Amino acid sequence: MTRVFDLAQVSRRDLNQALHDASDGQSFEVVNPRGTHAVACGITAAIDVVVRGSVGYYCAGMHQWGRVLVEGNASTGLAENIMSGTVRITGNATMSAGATGCGGLVVVGGNAGARCGISMKGVDIVVGGNVGHMSAFMAQAGHLVVCGDAAADLGDSIYEAQIFVRGDVESLGADCVEKEMRPEHIETLSRLLAAAAPVAAEGADPAQFRRYGSARRLYNFTIDDVDALEAERTGAVG
Amino acid sequence: MCGIVGLFCKTETHRHELGRLTAVMLREMRDRGPDSAGFASYDAGIPDRTRITVLAEGIEVDWGPVAAALEGVLGAEVTVRAVHDHVVFSTDGDGRSARQWIIDNVAGTTVLSYGSQIELYKAVGDPDLVAERYDLASRTGTHALAHTRMATESAVTTNGSHPFATGADTCLVHNGSLSNHNRLRRFLEGHGESFQTENDSEVAAGYLSWRIRSGDTISQALKGALSDLDGFYTFAIGVADGFAILRDPIACKPAVVAETDDWVAMSSEYRAIARLPGAADAEVWEPEPARIYTWSLAA
Repeated sequence: MTRVFDLAQVSRRDLNQALHDASDGQSFEVVNPRGTHAVACGITAAIDVVVRGSVGYYCAGMHQWGRVLVEGNASTGLAENIMSGTVRITGNATMSAGATGCGGLVVVGGNAGARCGISMKGVDIVVGGNVGHMSAFMAQAGHLVVCGDAAADLGDSIYEAQIFVRGDVESLGADCVEKEMRPEHIETLSRLLAAAAPVAAEGADPAQFRRYGSARRLYNFTIDDVDALEAERTGAVG
Repeated sequence: MCGIVGLFCKTETHRHELGRLTAVMLREMRDRGPDSAGFASYDAGIPDRTRITVLAEGIEVDWGPVAAALEGVLGAEVTVRAVHDHVVFSTDGDGRSARQWIIDNVAGTTVLSYGSQIELYKAVGDPDLVAERYDLASRTGTHALAHTRMATESAVTTNGSHPFATGADTCLVHNGSLSNHNRLRRFLEGHGESFQTENDSEVAAGYLSWRIRSGDTISQALKGALSDLDGFYTFAIGVADGFAILRDPIACKPAVVAETDDWVAMSSEYRAIARLPGAADAEVWEPEPARIYTWSLAA
């Protein structure tokens, strides 16, 4: 049975407390979010949450295991520091969607604003539309998939995250370069596109995407990680 | 922090409740700026008749003789209407001359705005109480801007509150801070603008006034602002026949825009927009950095 929380009637704290107290398999519906901040933050169980309407900042932040779907738009910090599980929104996200995420999947059906995936540490992010400037800034691990265009300075100071863009890239940030699409990348991308559908990327063809990643000149790779560098040369990783 | 809101009625539908809707939006931004608040609203006014909104905080002024003296200077009739510690002069005379005469001759007052369509009110204190005191909810018209301030770099004073307006029917609200305002203020003073505070945002307002007075459209003025203003900003701007939004190229100050067939609304946060009629079906997006957005009544 789905429990319904009407945020015009109950507080956001009551909602979040109920989500924190929930057990695996339970499902929840949130109505009248009206741009409220921190909706469905801190989930730690494999629950389903559907939010009918647009949310404010930090929706589904610090998320683990659960599946959150927002039927609407989200503001700053969607799924910030997500650890696992999925967070999907049908509309647009503003700044810093998926920031610092360590795992799980974030899907944005529309566009994402500036700094999407900033400092991502393992999360997978799929954006159906465009991303704003400085997306994947200092991205350490995980994948950012952009079905539309990427604004200026994509992947600035990137570490080992991988970026796939179908449309135009306005400019690449420091130390971010285009890389060859090898079969294993097509495979990874296909898996991510399939996982994002139908909220985003429905029917997208992996062959239309280009891959971007770190040139590994900015952070000091040669001294401490000489083995990894050698592996990259021989095509074993990267 | 600071919160800003703007509402532009594209059609007649909500013009009778412009003030009420703006007050609803302002209330949602209280948390972002509980120190002080202000608002400007635009209505059709009377063609060629200028209103000058003046703040006289904490002082007693006998406005009759002031109006009489102003009549002498302008060579035109001047009426005066008090709204708590604000007064609104109305005249067929030249608004810019009236503004400067009041600045130079009525000690302790601040000219908040002038123009045929704009009135502007601001005060220290809870944004809801500010809206109530100056009866924002009853205002009608085409567009309005409002601001809630959380002071970070200067004192909590009415003169540090937004909106700022230095030119005819031109005003702005600002979230952010400018770093080159002192040099720019000196430049603008040399080009005929006069300022009444040390505030950086007033300089931005003065910059736009100077450009528009020099013949620029609002789009041209904002294009100039992108190269001449240094700092962080999300601006919402009102002019006589329109509404505009500009964010700096880094865009670290928040902004969200929603548009329906009847209105365009912008705010620091979506929750201010969520309360508007038709918001659920509005197109909602984040304005892009360094991109000029304008809406005109003429369009």
